[in-house]
Amino acid sequence: MSAMDMAIQAGIWALEILAIAAPVALSVAYITYMERRIIGWVQVRQGCNRVGPAGLLQPLADGLKLFLKETIIPTQANRVLFVAAPLLSLVPALIAFAVVPFGETSLFGIWGHPHVMAVSNLNVGLLYVMAISSLSIYGVLMAGWSSNSKYPIVGAIRSTCQMISYEISMGFGLVTVMMLAGSLNLADIVHAQAGGLLHWYMIPLFPMLLVFFISGCAETGRTPFDLTETEELVSGYYTEYSGMWFATFSLAEYGAMILISLLTSILFLGGWYAPIPALDVIPGTVWLLGKTAFLIFVFIWFRATFPRYRYDQMMRLGWKIFLPWTLGWIFVVGLFIYTPGLDGIINFWLAWR
Amino acid sequence: MLKRAFKTWFLWELLIGLSVTGRYLFKKKITVEYPEEKTPLSPRFRGLHALRRYESGEERCIACKLCEVVCPATAILIESAEREDGSRRTTRYDIDMTKCIYCGFCQEACPVDAIVETQEFEYATETRGELYYTKEMLLANGDRHEKKIAANIAADAPYS
Repeated sequence: MSAMDMAIQAGIWALEILAIAAPVALSVAYITYMERRIIGWVQVRQGCNRVGPAGLLQPLADGLKLFLKETIIPTQANRVLFVAAPLLSLVPALIAFAVVPFGETSLFGIWGHPHVMAVSNLNVGLLYVMAISSLSIYGVLMAGWSSNSKYPIVGAIRSTCQMISYEISMGFGLVTVMMLAGSLNLADIVHAQAGGLLHWYMIPLFPMLLVFFISGCAETGRTPFDLTETEELVSGYYTEYSGMWFATFSLAEYGAMILISLLTSILFLGGWYAPIPALDVIPGTVWLLGKTAFLIFVFIWFRATFPRYRYDQMMRLGWKIFLPWTLGWIFVVGLFIYTPGLDGIINFWLAWR
Repeated sequence: MLKRAFKTWFLWELLIGLSVTGRYLFKKKITVEYPEEKTPLSPRFRGLHALRRYESGEERCIACKLCEVVCPATAILIESAEREDGSRRTTRYDIDMTKCIYCGFCQEACPVDAIVETQEFEYATETRGELYYTKEMLLANGDRHEKKIAANIAADAPYS
């Protein structure tokens, strides 16, 4: 490989990364806008509608405000860790997008067979996503520790505990998907769900869909699991943060929310396939992003509806309900796959047999 | 038993909660978008003060100083002197709006309906000094809002 080829390859990679990172950042901005509007509407208010037409410039104004604010670093804080923590929680949220397939394209028939639209079509994609999303815990823990203040440390401990607990049931929920799809590649998992609504994994794995999505709420610290950043903890692990570093944390949170919604659509809702095969004339990316947008709306809808969990209730839900339920479902799916007589039922969804 | 299990595992009660908020999502919004829209005001609304005049142009205030006495915040300052025609009038009638608590006692105390509170409430200023209203300013307020003031007093008359 010559230097020229390498330069071209690097340029293509940079463009691919930009093509994902920029829309993610932009959609994070507009998710905050939609969140405020929707919660407003639910509360019979208007929501923000002052800045620009229908308030559409509000996210830009917010961003500008946060950007211009002073970043205060407490004197007693560990400066290096304090600055590194927001980055360490943002980076995993963004690099997890590297393996997400956004659809399939043959580039208007130029390519012979359709290519998967992902920065890296990794064959252990699911494992990669799980590994990377666990990393964001370090950001939270570091933020709490380096602030050298009591509320952040309590918030960070709660957050870490919550994220680790729900990571487990999330992972076991994904095991059932792997058992049916027989692959860790996200594109292969979508291919295994081809052929309409009945083939989607939300049918055989409906409880896992609920567990995965609700665990996703807990993982990203969204309502009803946002007890780590409550008022009584003075907004938890980022109490001491201000300005752009504070914004970085919420960028990471919303990025993770988009990721969870994308993954839920890919793993359980048939990815880029239409509910009816005849509707596949509409580009797959539109379907995938539509499903994702709906799930993000559900996140916001949850926030407008449910009160917070108490800490012990949250732990009870994670360990005593979700974990046994996912383990049980793995057992049931395994039983169906390997018991002669029962396997006829599950063969319908089994891609690898 | 089966029904209960169904309700638990399909998150039935959470769905009911979601349906409630989902319905509210499409309800008519009750926001009053303030600078463009305003809520209706009562005729008894107690806003910025004004000194009124008779139709002849003669000022109503007779410098009895009842308002100054009744004012719980001592926001009113009155000085008076005899005019050339022998009637007693105020030479000074100041209200410090930063002291005023808008209780409306001055209006109630006034025997000639001279000092009134109007429905004007958008008079924020950039300095405290501008909130110190002198007699000329109060009379100007009265001239500006006279129609409204008279209508409000008439509307409230059956109840006072």
